[in-house]
Amino acid sequence: MRASQGAPTLAQGNCRSYGDACLYERVVSTLPLHHLLEFDSDKGLLRAQAGCTLDKLIAYSLPRGFFLPVTPGTKFPTLGGCLAADVHGKNHHAEGSISAFVEDIDLVLADGHQVTCSRLEHADLFWATMGGMGLTGLIYAATLRMKKIESAFMCTRTIKTENFAELCQAFAQTQDQYTYSVSWIDCLATGKKLGRSMLMLGEHATATEAPGNTRFKAHADGGPSVPFFLPDLALNRFTMQAFNTLYYHRQFSRQRDTTIHYNPYFYPLDSVQHWNRIYGRRGFLQYQFVVPFAGGREIMADLLARIAQRGTASFLAVLKTLGAQGQGPLSFPMPGYTLALDIPLHDPGIIPFLQEINKEIVRTEGRIYLAKDAILDREDFEAMYPRLDEFKRIKREVDPHNHFRSLQSDRLGLT
Amino acid sequence: MRKRALILGAKSAIAQAIVLRLADEEYDFVLAARDSAHLAPFAADLKLQRGCSVELVEFDALDLASLEMFPQRVEEQCGAFDLGVLVFGYLGEQRGTEQNTEEMLKVLNSNFTAAAVVLGHLANYLEQRDKGGGIIGISSVAGDRGRQSNFFYGAAKGGLTLFLQGLRNRLAPKGIHVLTVKPGFVDTPMTEELEGLFLVAKPEKVADDIARAYKKKKDVLYTPFFWRWIMLIIRSIPERVFKKLKL
Repeated sequence: MRASQGAPTLAQGNCRSYGDACLYERVVSTLPLHHLLEFDSDKGLLRAQAGCTLDKLIAYSLPRGFFLPVTPGTKFPTLGGCLAADVHGKNHHAEGSISAFVEDIDLVLADGHQVTCSRLEHADLFWATMGGMGLTGLIYAATLRMKKIESAFMCTRTIKTENFAELCQAFAQTQDQYTYSVSWIDCLATGKKLGRSMLMLGEHATATEAPGNTRFKAHADGGPSVPFFLPDLALNRFTMQAFNTLYYHRQFSRQRDTTIHYNPYFYPLDSVQHWNRIYGRRGFLQYQFVVPFAGGREIMADLLARIAQRGTASFLAVLKTLGAQGQGPLSFPMPGYTLALDIPLHDPGIIPFLQEINKEIVRTEGRIYLAKDAILDREDFEAMYPRLDEFKRIKREVDPHNHFRSLQSDRLGLT
Repeated sequence: MRKRALILGAKSAIAQAIVLRLADEEYDFVLAARDSAHLAPFAADLKLQRGCSVELVEFDALDLASLEMFPQRVEEQCGAFDLGVLVFGYLGEQRGTEQNTEEMLKVLNSNFTAAAVVLGHLANYLEQRDKGGGIIGISSVAGDRGRQSNFFYGAAKGGLTLFLQGLRNRLAPKGIHVLTVKPGFVDTPMTEELEGLFLVAKPEKVADDIARAYKKKKDVLYTPFFWRWIMLIIRSIPERVFKKLKL
């Protein structure tokens, strides 16, 4: 296995993590590992090479009546990348993160050996790899327990809430009733409207709820593309505010029920290729953290107020509740509220501002999502992940010379 | 009834693109290559996604003695086949090859001797079977004229082109079609190290051209198409002038 020879390196998938977690001076692309290996339709077990994108897994399994057990908001990351970040989805509060559905993985270690890890075999290594950001080795293949579905459609309910308190209440009321939930927040609304939002709930539609002959129709490729980088001025406080206001008022009634295809439901941004270009050449920062339920509300309200006040507009601000902590020592999800923001980088003070917020997150015993991080420092990171020593012990065992490393792992003192 | 194609040199990028394209035409496959176990993931994906049957057989073109019974061995292991696709080849590096007998033989044997021997036996097999079918041979535009930059490879491929021509002549009355393919530069591991390439085609494009040409029973295919005209020009330069060019 060539990945384990020579200078330090990092397995790189489809580069869908937002920060520097997928970057290093030398990387080994897993994209040629794009083959499906086995499918057991009785048990719903799909074994695939790690370079398969979620897109490919869905295209194969959906017409056969199965869907991903957990999916992030885009279908373009690779399977290996999703495991390395232990990704969560809109169903985290009910069903957990993706590692909960991984039967086993084949991992290529720094010494060139390939080992199969599962809950029973090399369990420590298995869990360290779930959320381990690629630092334990190169994931060659994995077996995923897919979810049996009756159709490609989702029954959704969208609830408008006027402010943050109402949103939290709506989350609390609907939590046990819906498998999928997520809310979009208008980060620019201030004062009494602070935290006005749309809470979007969903369930897989049953055979009878789905529209007739398109029951198991997978998504089509392509869609419109943003052809070039928009100028920095294109997104400013006013255009953002206009967009957010329009988006919020799109729905008049407080509550609306619809049945839609999984593609716009789970992957709204995938339909516009190169959507990142709307942020201009300087791009944007993605920032996501979780804070515990206890005391979380107040802190979130305070943060939202400060973000709104600053006017560092966010095109997409997403809030959701997370469920139980996963078993991976570096796994991000823990019970609480998680907020994800896209922040254009043309505000020069934004990074110090967010670093200040990092300190507050540490104080509340919350944490930053490593798959989206680019600015965390070592001290805050170490305070955020209490099981870090456990991870480091396993890393030392399987990769004593830090063969697998990333710009992020160097920054955070993991390697 | 489904047709079955035997792919010789199935690990190459062009071979895999051809397989994926032929899967659209409802072929089953026998994939022959050295260390064929490495093809297991490719074969598994093919079976799952396309629902075709795929068998792997061990094949070493340079083991010339093993080639005589090869078609029979394939039939025993995997059943009869209708189409043989010869994809294997070895480019080598011209300057190095010129100084090394072993390399010279490897280039000549891979691209010509082994190819001719296995195709000869394949032709006998298809003829005896007497159910039509065909042969697709991947030669190269490099075989159209000898040039200082790659004439070991070019001469062997030129020989293969002539061999395929003769084979077509022999098999035509039997209803067995022979397609000679002359690709230009293709974006594959074979050309990865080469510098200054132009008009580089994707393997998928080449595979699509090949599948169409075979269906239409074309005899000689340049792919992409413009290589026919480029090679026409190159072939028509008088030798007096050509020998002084740096091509």
